[in-house]
This record gives sequence, structure tokens and C-alpha cells, in this order.
Amino acid sequence: MTSSYEHHDYDVLIIGAGGAGLRAAIEAKQRGLKVGIITKSLLGKAHTVMAEGGIAAAMGNVSAEDNWQVHFRDTMRGGKFLNNNRMAELHAKESPDRVRELEQWGALFDRTKEGKILQRDFGGHRYARLAHVGDRTGLELIRTLQQKVVSMDTDVFMECKVLKLVHDENGRIAGCVAYWRPTGEFVTFSAKAIILATGGAGKSWKFTSNSWEGTGDGHAMALWAGAQLIDMECIQFHPTGMVWPISVRGLLVTEGVRGDGGVLRNSEGQRFMFNYVAPMFRDETAESEEEGDKWYDDHAAGRRPPELLPRDEVARAINSEVKAGRGTPHGGVYLDIASRRTPEFIRRRLPSMYHQFMELAGVDITSEPMEIGPTCHYIMGGVKVDADTAATLVPGLFAAGECAGGMHGANRLGGNSLSDLVVFGRRAGMGAADYIESGQAATSLDMTEVEAAVQEALAPFDRTEGENPYDIQRDLQEMMQLNVGIIRTASEIEDAITQLETFTDRVKNIAVKGGRAYNPGWNLATDLPAMLTVCKTVARGASLRKESRGGHTREDFPKADPEFATFNFAHTTSGGNWDSEIVTVESPLLPMPEELKALLEEAK
Amino acid sequence: MADVTMRIWRGDASGGDFENYSIEQNEGEVVLDVIHRIQATEAPDLACRWNCKAGKCGSCAAEINGKPRLMCMTRMDQLPEGPVTVTPMKTFPIIRDLVTDVSFNFEQAKKVPALLPPPMPEGGYIMFQEDVERGQEFRKCIECFMCQDVCHVIRDHEANKLHYSGPRFFIRYAELEMHPLDMNDRRDLVREEMGLGYCNITKCCTEVCPEHIKITDNAIIPLKERVVDAHYDPVAWLGRKIRRKTKTSAADAAVQPAP
Repeated sequence: MTSSYEHHDYDVLIIGAGGAGLRAAIEAKQRGLKVGIITKSLLGKAHTVMAEGGIAAAMGNVSAEDNWQVHFRDTMRGGKFLNNNRMAELHAKESPDRVRELEQWGALFDRTKEGKILQRDFGGHRYARLAHVGDRTGLELIRTLQQKVVSMDTDVFMECKVLKLVHDENGRIAGCVAYWRPTGEFVTFSAKAIILATGGAGKSWKFTSNSWEGTGDGHAMALWAGAQLIDMECIQFHPTGMVWPISVRGLLVTEGVRGDGGVLRNSEGQRFMFNYVAPMFRDETAESEEEGDKWYDDHAAGRRPPELLPRDEVARAINSEVKAGRGTPHGGVYLDIASRRTPEFIRRRLPSMYHQFMELAGVDITSEPMEIGPTCHYIMGGVKVDADTAATLVPGLFAAGECAGGMHGANRLGGNSLSDLVVFGRRAGMGAADYIESGQAATSLDMTEVEAAVQEALAPFDRTEGENPYDIQRDLQEMMQLNVGIIRTASEIEDAITQLETFTDRVKNIAVKGGRAYNPGWNLATDLPAMLTVCKTVARGASLRKESRGGHTREDFPKADPEFATFNFAHTTSGGNWDSEIVTVESPLLPMPEELKALLEEAK
Repeated sequence: MADVTMRIWRGDASGGDFENYSIEQNEGEVVLDVIHRIQATEAPDLACRWNCKAGKCGSCAAEINGKPRLMCMTRMDQLPEGPVTVTPMKTFPIIRDLVTDVSFNFEQAKKVPALLPPPMPEGGYIMFQEDVERGQEFRKCIECFMCQDVCHVIRDHEANKLHYSGPRFFIRYAELEMHPLDMNDRRDLVREEMGLGYCNITKCCTEVCPEHIKITDNAIIPLKERVVDAHYDPVAWLGRKIRRKTKTSAADAAVQPAP
């Protein structure tokens, strides 16, 4: 190396320290490899901590009838059949073992009377399937994996932001260039394999449950490096986010509230979800309040209440009620558990929801209903990967967790995210290790790519006249919320596509005040290129998918169209830069083996 | 609503001072909202750490009017009238503005010998709710490190950081000691190297815990009792000599075979 930058050398480098990244690290470490983890935040703060309700795994501890076949079927139906069926299969088969191994590393899940891991009901899951710890399951998951990773003496680079992946002269992934947030100094990494585990991209919408970190860095860097992004138009708007006070609008309210008996009502007091049961779910959904209520106590006594339909269905219904003028004073609907469960039950089962509403909204959820509405929560779209190895199309590059695409199809079921992280985090670690052992890995870092990324990152300091990055971020969030939000239409999407070009020019004109050491304005300036790349692929997918499916709803094409059920929209760019032109093609779905098809047929 | 004056400490390791920002506030806002508005308008380089903005990640701890609080969970309308002073946590070295170097805590975490469970039986471990509940209380910890910040053993005596791990890690040791599956024994370590004896149970840590963990009563005092029993009780001492619990380093415990 001839450069003057701080430099580190690893076998496997993992970008992102949420559930997927940490699980990948454990696997690679167990293979005896030198592993480094890079995170934009401190260790243990990743967005995984926000997951509340649980981790889905067909262990059958509560409903003995449950098995991987039913979990597979539920996942595919929830995803409106756009899923990578091999991922859905592996996920359903392997998640029970992944949950149980967490206990070997110190996790303490809630228990059944027999001392097994307790499982709760959730939307779209036929049986009680979510292992959980009250309503803080994500915290348990991340702390367990974090403590395991630390005990294995793994190097963790905290508050370090990766700008770009770097190739070798043969186009294989060879490393990356990053900067330390505390000092602003640049640092380069060589790696035989890189695993992207950067999470989501929801920060580009105004009302979101995502933290500042959810800027789609991994999505964008993969695209720039030559990988494909699929299903980017499929964005999950979680039905229940807080709507008031405005400062916490979008903050997540766990689906566990509904799993534990909470119901949705409009301003007229009506349980409106009974009016929104799509034909696909009619056979298994209660027709009356009486029937639905019986189900909570005895799943054999009635069918499940419609509040527990998949998230896309519930979010659209809430949106329709508010639009029809039956919303709450702050533009949501009511989520009521107070009139249905005792205060003791609520405080025991939903302790963090109780505190969240009490402290932030002054609402006591044991005696009053919550006001809730849809919030941008999760992106189903992501880097196209091989199901078994998590390999992308670029040699040496792997992706797992929210930044990978395919597992959830057009809509993710609650609880399937935490299980996705540990199932495919592990597989990414295995895939990267196998790749390295095959002897194909890169050995040299293309320093011209490093220099270009550094120069681009520093450019905002050279401009004396220019725009405040915060203004651009705010405008982008408002524009995406308005034009590519929960309900979309051609004219608005086209407007977004045009405006995103203007945003590109604005980002090129950012001026940053202050120095490089822990400067959030500059940090944001370096996040914005990724945000724009992600928004462009979302808008392009939304424009091309002229139908409604899962997390993509078109007002002008309100129905699902079988023609669109056979492929994903896949985006690539040849230029390698954030402002390079994006090309979108139809990428056929993975053919489904007969035995899996049979599982879906049986269920009909 | 009326504007509010925010008195925010700005500077780095070489020094700094308070800067005043007069800024509008809206109904229902928390301190972090107001900090964010200052960043977005007057001071884009104002450094503060935050992530979830929901009291779940513990990133945004700072001292508000002199008391450690999570900025995301502190409502502006519940603070006394007048200027609001925000300073970084005092116990940790400054990086910039409201951001401190909390690496002390990550170093302490590395010293904790990992859980050492028996091999997992077919179908998973059997544990009962009443047995996991004690540990679950401690696992609510969001690692905001405010208990460390407020603990005067290290807040007032920098040198103690060399031999004192602090309340956050005492609940971690307590959790492992009470873990139904754990076969490791950390009592000597906690007494000899982690400085449990320095804690004189003033309960400052319990008072600031945003998760309402009863750090002193449920973790530190029982831990002190166990350590004392182990060390001074002659019967326990003899038992230890005859049938010692497995004692394993963090690294040894980590190489447990995967299930």
C-alpha cells in the first residue's frame, strides 16, 4: 500500500452491526477467519433494537400443528408470491435452530408453562409462532449477538462510515473506503470478502420508524459496485405508528398489541377491519367480532380477527378510513387494548409500549386508546442474492438482512425480519468463508477508486456558497412521502422521477460548515448520495409495476395483475457512481420446485 | 409556543464553552427534537449521538440541567421554565459537543467471561418463567451508560476506572450469576478485579436508570452477598476446594461448539 490512509486487512469485512451483521461475524469467526465489523453507530445501537414483537420460527411450542411448511406458505402468501422461494424455504426450515442457539449464547425468551420458549400470535402467521421477550425482542437479539461477538474477540470499528466499496483490477470486491466519524479521518480496508448488512432505507420518507442510519448505504453501494437491486418499489408501511405528538409521528407501535387482543376502531367506534378482508384471506378470517374474540382464547373456536391480516392489508385499510373522514383528531385511527385487557396484562405484555405512550404522548394505554397510523417501516427490496450463500452478482460481495432482497417478496410478515437476520446472516458468513476457501478472492485494492471517493466526500468543504444538507434531506423526505408513499399514482411517481434529478444537482452543490470531526452536517452530506440512489430505484420500480401488490399500491392500478407475478424489477448501473444512469430490467422469479408448489396448492 | 433558550456546551477535548440558541418549540417535543432543529438550521455541525429516538437504544444520553437523561425521552414541557442547559456526560472524555468517548464501557464488556451453558438437549433448553425473570430485568438495559455517568466511584475519581467496572457491568455479572444455565463462576473476578467493593450503595445508578432496573437492590446487593459468601464462608470455601464450579475465560467460553 502506498497510500497515507490508516489501513486494515481482513478476511471477512462486515458492514453493519445489526442482527444480520453480527450473526454473519459469528459464523465467519467460527470458521477461523479474521473478521472485522464496521458500524456507523456504537455497537448495540443498530435498528434491530427497535424490533418489538418477536422472532418467527415454527417451533410448535404453543401450536403443536405448526411446522416449516406452514411457515413457508404464510411467508409466500404474505409476500404475494413475489418472494425468492428458496429463501422462504430455507428461512422457514432453519429459523427454529437459529432461535434455540440464541439461548445457548445467553438470550432469555419468555416461557410456556412447560418451560419451553413461548410463542405469540402475529399478523399473517397461521399459528402462534413468534418467540419473544415482552415487547423488546430486538434488544434481546442484538445484545445476545453483541455479547457473543465480543466474547469471540472480534474487531469492531464503531462510528465509522463506509463511503464506497472498492474493486481489484479484475472487478472482484477487494475492500472499501470509510471515515471515522469522531475524527473525520479516512481509513481503507482490504478484505477477501465483504458482507453488506446495512439494514433499511426508510429515512428518505417523512414519517418513518427508521433512525438516522436507515439511509440505504448497503443498497446503494451494492448497486454502484455492480450488483442488482430487486423489488425496490415494495416498501412496508407498518400500520401502527404513533401519529401524535408530531415530533414522534412514525414511531413504531408493535403489532404485538393486536396479537394480544388490541383492535382497530375508526372515529365512529366501528371495528372497520371487517370491511377490508381481501378474498385471498376470507376463508381464514373471522366474519364477526364474536367469532374473532373467541379466537384469542381458543384458536379452534373461531377464525382469526381481521386486525391480524398482513401489514399491507391493514395499512391500506387505515389509510382508506382516514381518507373517508373517519379518522382521529390527529389523522390516525384508534388502536384499543384498554377496553379489552386488564391493566396488569397490558403492562406485563407490552411494557415498552406502556412507557412510550405514557412518557411521550401522556396517554395511558391501559385506560385510553392509542392514536395510530401507517409509518414507513421496512424495505422488502434489496440486493439480489443467491439464497444458499447470500452471494451477490459481484464476486466477493455478499448481503444479508434488510439490505438483501427476495426473502419477503412484496410484503414482509411481522416477526420474519429477526428470523431473516439470523438465518441469512449465518448463511452469508458461510458463503463468504466458502468463497475465500475457494481461492478466488481479490488481493489488491484499486487506489484510484479510493481517491475518487475521498475527493467526492471532501467536496462540500470546498464550497463556500452552497446548500445546507439538512434542507435537502427535509425536502427529499417530504417529496417521497407525498409522491412515492403508501398509495401511488402515475403522475406523482413521474413527478418524483423528475424531481430526483433536481435533487441530484442539489446534492452536488452542498456546502458544509465546520470541521471534519463529529460533524453531523457533513455526515448527512455523505449519506445523501445513497439516499438518492435508493429513491431513484424505488420510483422507477413504482412507475413500472403497473399493478398493486403487497407494499406497492397504485391508485391507478388497484388490483394485482398475474402478468406481474412472474418477475422482479431489477436495477443496475454501469457507471459505478451515485449519479450514474440506472437501468431497469425484468428479472424472472426463481422457478418453484414441485414440492413447494404443492405446499401452496394444499393451502388453497 | 414561545421560544426557548437552549444553553448547549460546545467544544472538544481541548476546551469549550456554552452557546445559547433561542429556538421555537412545538407541542409535545422532547429535548432531542429541539437539538435536531438547531442542527438543521443554525448549527449543522452540532455533535450529538442518537439513533432510535424512542428510548430503546440508549444513544442520546446527556446531562439536562445537570441530570443525566435520555434526550429523546425528556419532554420540553416537563422541564422548569427558563433556559435549558445541555451538557455531555461528565464521566467520559469529550469527543465533541454532546458526544463523549464511552469506550471505557466497551473495554469492560470485553472482560466479562461469557455464559457457559451445558450442551443443549434435543428441542432446546427447559427454563421456567420465574427463573428467567430475574435475568430479564437486567437484560432490559439499553446501555445508555447513565448509571456509569452518575456513579461517583468513577465520576469523581478517574483513576478508579482502572479497577472498577461500574453498575452497568454489575447488572451484567448479576444476570450471568443468576442465569439458569450458567456454569461459570465470576465471583472472585467481580471482587478482585471489577471493584464491586467500591460501590457503597448510594443508589444513584438506580435513580437514573431509564429502564427502571433496580440496579442496587436487585443486582449489586445480591451480588455483594454472593461474593462475600463465596469468599468468607468456610463451608462455601471448602465446597469450592472440593467441587469447584468451572472457571472459564471469556475466550474459552466463546469456543463452545455451535448447536
